[in-house]
Amino acid sequence: MVKTNPAWRALRAEGKTANLPEEKTETAKPRIGVLAIQGDYDAHASALQDVGAEPVLVRKPEQLKGLDGLIIPGGESTTFLKFLERDGFLESLRAFAAGAPTFGTCAGCILLATKVLHPPQPSLGILDATVERNAYGRQIDSSIEETATKLGPDFDTGPLETVYIRAPRIQQVGKGVSVLAERDGFPVLVRQGHLLAATFHPELSTDRRVHRYFVNMVGEARDSTPHSAPESIHKPHRKS
Amino acid sequence: MKEHGSSHNGHKAQSSEHGLRLKVGLAEMLKGGVIMDVMNVEQAKIAEQAGAVAVMALERVPAMIRAEGGVARMANPKLIREIIAAVSIPVMAKARIGHFAEAQILQELGVDFIDESEVLTPADEAHHIDKHAFKTPFVCGARDLGEALRRIAEGAAMIRTKGEAGTGDVVHAVKHMRQIVQEMKSLTVLSDQELYVAAKEHRAPYELVSMVAKTGKLPVPNFSAGGIATPADAALMMQLGAESVFVGSGIFMKERATPLDVECDATGQLNNPAERAEAESRAKAIVIATTHYNDPKTLAEASEQVTGTMKGLAVAGLDESQLLQTRGW
Repeated sequence: MVKTNPAWRALRAEGKTANLPEEKTETAKPRIGVLAIQGDYDAHASALQDVGAEPVLVRKPEQLKGLDGLIIPGGESTTFLKFLERDGFLESLRAFAAGAPTFGTCAGCILLATKVLHPPQPSLGILDATVERNAYGRQIDSSIEETATKLGPDFDTGPLETVYIRAPRIQQVGKGVSVLAERDGFPVLVRQGHLLAATFHPELSTDRRVHRYFVNMVGEARDSTPHSAPESIHKPHRKS
Repeated sequence: MKEHGSSHNGHKAQSSEHGLRLKVGLAEMLKGGVIMDVMNVEQAKIAEQAGAVAVMALERVPAMIRAEGGVARMANPKLIREIIAAVSIPVMAKARIGHFAEAQILQELGVDFIDESEVLTPADEAHHIDKHAFKTPFVCGARDLGEALRRIAEGAAMIRTKGEAGTGDVVHAVKHMRQIVQEMKSLTVLSDQELYVAAKEHRAPYELVSMVAKTGKLPVPNFSAGGIATPADAALMMQLGAESVFVGSGIFMKERATPLDVECDATGQLNNPAERAEAESRAKAIVIATTHYNDPKTLAEASEQVTGTMKGLAVAGLDESQLLQTRGW
């Protein structure tokens, strides 16, 4: 993936870096936005760095341009919506997430869903799922669990730590959605083409499998035809 | 700190290490947001509408406590229940310093965060609440690093500057934030052997002092409170290192009111549409300013929307005995 002039690489190997352009080796890193209106965007940014991606904090719609993917973090979805309802942010985000790999955790999962309950609220409506907010109760009902995952052959199959904070519940998913992990029979990690959503917080664990999985999705999307990204929705992907 | 392994089939048994991570986890979700003091369901709904990440349920905002005096206690559980039922965002409530029975009641009510607060009249002159004994996370005020670390040692999952509540004067929130940030920075350049003395001087556990020396930051989120009244105040605190802000009397007080004449029915329902609109405009503008704290253009636009900012009370003109921040130790 590293796109470097071989001559430069040789010079670098000898330590002769003084006249070389800076950081050209880094350009192959995927640039992944983290919606930074509010919430635990810093935790996602450092998780992305851990798995070799470059995080970019996004607070305004114009900052979505040129990104290879996007994470919508945990936080308060009602607060997110207040900002998204201004300056056409919601439309820009919907257009971006319709084509580019997008990963929502907790509040982010709520924003991606086609239907939101308890109480009903607007959303991007692109992930074919019904999500109930605060379905497990209040903070006192928050918990850390472990669950089996179906991330595919590239990933360790050991149990994944899942941190639930005032978590939503995915009540049901459409046919095009594959369930990658469950809690008590309800999906907690799902994928629909280029969209990934979790009701838990992988960014609050040290296990980086879920972020690595998402960065792989971004890589797949970049390797396929870059100008028709929406096609990737229908591309076959690794299933359990 | 024992690991009890994984819970079985959704069993709720959580180790204390898990418990602390869940408490700090909720604090993480509140970062970059505004937590607003509210005294009734209507104000709570306005706060949620304006984009607050949480509300603090109170019977009297600090400005009223300051004006009216008397003993300030935990809010009536009925009010807290009503507010919990009215909004979908987290609900916080205050317990008196050291009053663990009030905290037990708040936990029972399902409050999402308990503020062991100097704004209420302290119930214990020596001991703070043992916050490890609760499943509900706690936030505590601090004026310097030592105080912050003592509260964290007792189990606080979030620290906020004390500032001087109910004044609309941000000067002591700034003082406390600068103090904490500066003391953290100084720890990072000390050698290992110097840290023992630093722990003694800060009157804080060595383990926590050494943790701060390594990372340069608190092990829990660091928010700001106490006198924040305008969008620019919120942006100032965020730029100084606050990760979120608490806004109290600055939002739901009548236009130009000072903390000494708030008896002009600030508790009342906001029947007057003009008053309601003012409160909404102040609340929204502070929310916008907290997210875009580094963007002066957006800050200017947000500030323009604000009508009727609290007149306030200059902290420099207050007697030592009128200060709330000296409560707690």
